Amino acid sequence: MQPLSITAFTATCAAGAGRAELLRALDTGRTGLSANDFGREPLKTWVGRVPGVEGAPLPGDFSRYECRNNRLAWMGLRRDGFLEAVEAARRRYGSDRVALVLGTSTSSIGATEEAYTRLTPDGQFPEDLRYQAVHTPHSTGEFLQRVLGLSNVGVTVATACSSSAKAYAQGARLIELGIADAAVVGGVDSLCGSVLFGFNSLALVSPEPCRPFDAQRSGISIGEAAAFALLERQEKDNSKGPRLAGYGESSDAHHMSTPHPSGRGARIAMQDALRRGGIEAAAIDYINLHGTASLKNDEIEAQAIAEMFGARTHASSTKGWTGHTLGAAGALEAVITLLSLESGLMPGNLNTRELDAACGPQVRLANATGRVRHALSNSFGFGGSNCVLLFAAEAA
Amino acid sequence: MSLLRAPARLYVNGVALWSQRLPGWERARKILAGLEPAPQELAPRPAPELLPPTERRRAPDTVSVAMEAALSACKYAQLPPASLPCVFSSMHGDLAITDYMCATMASTPTLVSPTKFHNSVHNAAAGYWTIAAECTRPYTSLSAGDFSFGAGLLETCVQALTGNENVLLVAYDIDARGPLAPVAASKGLLSVGLIVSPQRGPQALAQVVLDVVSGRGLAPSRARPENAALVAGNSTESCLPLVEALALGGTHDLLCLATPTLGLMLHVEAV
Repeated sequence: MQPLSITAFTATCAAGAGRAELLRALDTGRTGLSANDFGREPLKTWVGRVPGVEGAPLPGDFSRYECRNNRLAWMGLRRDGFLEAVEAARRRYGSDRVALVLGTSTSSIGATEEAYTRLTPDGQFPEDLRYQAVHTPHSTGEFLQRVLGLSNVGVTVATACSSSAKAYAQGARLIELGIADAAVVGGVDSLCGSVLFGFNSLALVSPEPCRPFDAQRSGISIGEAAAFALLERQEKDNSKGPRLAGYGESSDAHHMSTPHPSGRGARIAMQDALRRGGIEAAAIDYINLHGTASLKNDEIEAQAIAEMFGARTHASSTKGWTGHTLGAAGALEAVITLLSLESGLMPGNLNTRELDAACGPQVRLANATGRVRHALSNSFGFGGSNCVLLFAAEAA
Repeated sequence: MSLLRAPARLYVNGVALWSQRLPGWERARKILAGLEPAPQELAPRPAPELLPPTERRRAPDTVSVAMEAALSACKYAQLPPASLPCVFSSMHGDLAITDYMCATMASTPTLVSPTKFHNSVHNAAAGYWTIAAECTRPYTSLSAGDFSFGAGLLETCVQALTGNENVLLVAYDIDARGPLAPVAASKGLLSVGLIVSPQRGPQALAQVVLDVVSGRGLAPSRARPENAALVAGNSTESCLPLVEALALGGTHDLLCLATPTLGLMLHVEAV
């Protein structure tokens, strides 16, 4: 594919608000995970909770969209000059030439959950939540499109944990076909009862901070994040900086909540991303793995990586810093991968003590630095939806 | 204002429809064309043929109606289900499961059913379809509020044009339950399947010239009132003008919205 310029990007998660804080946390090995204190009767687990979401209301005109997820989205937008970059793109191309593709798994369901805890005596939503534009999966996508003043495509991708990686793919297609000149792509997911208790019911939640690829790993830590990027058609004046060089998508066609035993879908998606970017596996310097710290995912992903890549490729999961941010994970880890291209920092696996026997030499415990020219970011979701993004550094 | 460099030509190579008063394309085609009355009694929910018999009854309503449309569209087009990338589109996902999840969170969160939880993801129908169809091609699962059908149709056309191949669209919504019903209103069961490609398939029923337009005050096309009434209130009802045009045959110019200010202009011509 014709590479696309990434002219702005930002992320806010438990490990940091904005690129500088996040990079510092990655560099110094400071986790964002903390003992779970979310909800009325918190589960005994660790979460990647973003501080201050509760105290950060939306701009007054957007009070109909008030909820944790949209507050987190609004917090995330205001870092790293992202709002200004979107405004510049809007002026340059026109608001009807800038698309908005948002990935999320649970969107604003937390607000709907809250309504159910405060039903009126006749079983209705309480007055303050009844008329809010938050009881629908597209709530955050609609909020973002309006708050950014965009009027091209505005859509929500909800394919569980691959959602916001797939937002990049969909945005890229819109630019390829000429429907848009630029696309705001990203992901926002926030803590809510459904995911904490839901993953707990599947025995996938760890009682300790998650340890991706550890031989003794005991499950995931759930997190929350808002992460965005601005994709633009490559022009002379924006060809500096990182590029989206490819994407690969596939389906496992195996099971709703368990990956295919040989990692079939994961491999197809990685190969598809490399093919679309015209890049050999040997040229990949860094891979940000899905690495949820669930027993199955990590074993299967490690095997696929060991078979597909050489020993010089550095691969890791950064969920020990951020938790698994579900529908936002693709976009958050895309930002971490872009930071790696920019800084040369290749994170290791935080909290991990002894690597699983399934890991090849690619999966590393410790951070490393080096020249990162090509990097992949893996996202695999419930329902067997896989998406892999290929990023390239600015041409030398 | 037109957003495409030039209008794009596509073919509708397969179609399917299921609702309680339009149960299956063959009958729906006649009912929508006024050749046959709509059934007085609501049809029972379809049993997803590709699922193992034990799972058919337990399947959530979204999975049931979405898989019916997906499989019927593939059969119509005479294309193997495993071969098609697919776009699933639904404003709400499974409202019955959302009601269950929220009610359980409010009462006994630690007792939530793991099956209901993994069925609560918006992409459950797409996941079940690709598993049953043994399809490793990509799928996506989209929502865009009241414009979810149009957003799904647009992404289907985009994928068909960029990939130069057949892409399956499955759009569906079901009825709302419990306290959520007045807030996320959707009525009845409705699913539509379309297979779209720049290449004409053996069973093609229409050629479509697509333009994408933006602007304020875009007025979407309406189906005939007697037809619109058959699916009124369902959050995927905006599929009906296009479905009706395909049922009637002949030539139609339609506008289908993908956002309040972005529309697909469709020049539909039966082939």
